[in-house]
Amino acid sequence: MSATTLDLSPAPAAAAAPVFYDDGSHHPPQGTLLGFWLYLMSDCLLFAVLFAVYAVLGRNYAAGPSGADLFDLPIVATNTALLLFSSITYGFAMIAMQHNRKTGVLIWLAITGLFGLGFLTLELTEFSHLIHEGAGPWRSAFLSSFFTLVGTHGLHVTFGTIWLVTLMVQVRKLGLTLENKRRLMCLSMFWHFLDVVWIGVFTFVYLMGALQ
Amino acid sequence: MSNEHAASHDHHHDDGGYHATVEGYLVGFLLSVVLTAIPFWLVTGKVMSSPKVTAFVILGFAAVQMVVHMVYFLHLNAKVEGGWSLLALTFTAALVVIMLAGSIWVMYHLNTNMMPAADPQLMRNMP
Repeated sequence: MSATTLDLSPAPAAAAAPVFYDDGSHHPPQGTLLGFWLYLMSDCLLFAVLFAVYAVLGRNYAAGPSGADLFDLPIVATNTALLLFSSITYGFAMIAMQHNRKTGVLIWLAITGLFGLGFLTLELTEFSHLIHEGAGPWRSAFLSSFFTLVGTHGLHVTFGTIWLVTLMVQVRKLGLTLENKRRLMCLSMFWHFLDVVWIGVFTFVYLMGALQ
Repeated sequence: MSNEHAASHDHHHDDGGYHATVEGYLVGFLLSVVLTAIPFWLVTGKVMSSPKVTAFVILGFAAVQMVVHMVYFLHLNAKVEGGWSLLALTFTAALVVIMLAGSIWVMYHLNTNMMPAADPQLMRNMP
């Protein structure tokens, strides 16, 4: 605000063309990334609610098995490693994207997808094993909240993997266009965000469950 | 670091200001491996005698690792999107803390005040 804008003396008639001080320079080039970040924050709230439910119900075993009886920590460690590796391979895909190396992007995305699939396979094996043992979500409040929380995360990874395959097809067909780069950046945030949620899951659910 | 920023500013219109480096990812990855391995070792090796202390320690490691992921993988800092990303995250984190701490606090008091006896065995058999 400069002093001239407050000059209230009668203006010379026709010469007073409107002056716009907002030239749009304060706005980011495009709002997609911020918008997607806001979506991730709302997703974060969703997971926080499920964590709270687990925190409240996670010790109500209904005379059934507890986390210490059920959890197989080597499998959890493998899952954690798979997600961590997939995070860094996605990072390498982003770096290849910055250098406009299409083949590099596709290769790193494929590796990331394989890690994601490995994670999902292990998790589904674990779930079916639990259900086979009679420790399905209907067994107790602990298992209901466990399956809801871990299952929601697994569902996110599933959709992330589908998204990743879709983007691989897009990049293959259309190349590293501006739109595809933007999509890759959104998926990058999504993928890394899922890894952040998994830190909470393996610590709060599995490790602390095994401590009991 | 400041050179990188100046360079990124010149052509940030073509890729949304996203600038990752191999070193950044490797540092984040190595930190994550360490911050993951220690909690697993603490729990599987039963390093500490008190499970309560172990729980607090591994929760601390999880918090630190989340920050590491935010900084090195999600490239969050006070400058991204003119600070709006960090502001949104701060707001969300405040909500999460209120909601989590509030739920645990209220339900803990409900349990201790409404139960005939605060008996772990009884708790085990709750539906």
